[in-house]
Amino acid sequence: MERNHHLHRQLANLRQSFFDQGYLDEQLIQLEELQDDANPNFVEEVVTLFYKDSARLIHSIDQALEKNPLDFAKLDSHMHQFQGSNSSIGAKKVKTECTQFREYCRAGNVEGCKRTFQQLKREYALLKTKLEAYFEVA
Amino acid sequence: MEVENMAGDYSLSDAQELHVLAVDDSHVDRKVIERLLKISCCKVTAVESGRMALQYLGLDGEKSSLGIDELKVNLIMTDYSMPGMTGYELLKKIKGSSALSKIPVVIMSSEKILARIDRCLEEGAKEFLQKPVKLSDVKRLKDFILRGENDNKETEQMKEGSCSRKRKIQDCSLSLTQTHDIPSSPKCSSAPLLQQSLLKHPKIA
Repeated sequence: MERNHHLHRQLANLRQSFFDQGYLDEQLIQLEELQDDANPNFVEEVVTLFYKDSARLIHSIDQALEKNPLDFAKLDSHMHQFQGSNSSIGAKKVKTECTQFREYCRAGNVEGCKRTFQQLKREYALLKTKLEAYFEVA
Repeated sequence: MEVENMAGDYSLSDAQELHVLAVDDSHVDRKVIERLLKISCCKVTAVESGRMALQYLGLDGEKSSLGIDELKVNLIMTDYSMPGMTGYELLKKIKGSSALSKIPVVIMSSEKILARIDRCLEEGAKEFLQKPVKLSDVKRLKDFILRGENDNKETEQMKEGSCSRKRKIQDCSLSLTQTHDIPSSPKCSSAPLLQQSLLKHPKIA
């Protein structure tokens, strides 16, 4: 009993830290409300899809950033998709980086795009480790 | 296959199970919208492109594998930004089709661009939803569509008499035998709904 209570508290604290530190927003809570006994892994399944989509899009953007000159329309299109996925699971910080990246795309700012994308990848990696820890405890 | 009509008229809309066609190129969003719709007791068909949506609806020239009654889609929810055919282009094709123009179409988008919203509404979209879509959005849509469906059904009954009764019996047999997953959540098990509908079947004028 003591151990269960401890785990619950750990989980609650972990969750709260996500929101406090701005990694996630209330969209994740919305998703959790869609989960029930008949569909107990719904959120995890969504997040798994999210990882898969994200890996693909990050790879595409990495490749597109190697080109010279940059195809800003294509970059923006990839990033729009990535932004959408992040929005759907409530990945707040990563979404902010996406918005910033797209602004640089629209301005045709090569340095800005490349710099923001590095920052974005760092944020995404952080998000991923946090979510993975969250599902460990859950 | 016909089922003996034992308890008066029974139609799909009486059982309150709408069939929604969801169109979105994002796998994540398809999964979420599917869940939102299932929780709201809707049957869902989710496809990843406008082209596949048209194929499903039988609008692409190829004959749809399902008959028109089985196919009956009560609502189409489509993402706006999709590669190939945008949600707007899909909307235009649906509204331009005499067979399908009456199906309400809702556009979903993560971007709140007023010109885009206006264009969609002008083209006949019922509503423009901001992503991420919420359960309350879906519930509201469902109520709205159901009201429309019930109004239509009453009008049909008054106009068509025995023809509509036969079609509804076919609908009834299909909804009882179709094996799409029935949610175990107490919110919407199908049995009580069936009982409810049999109790309050509409009278034919």
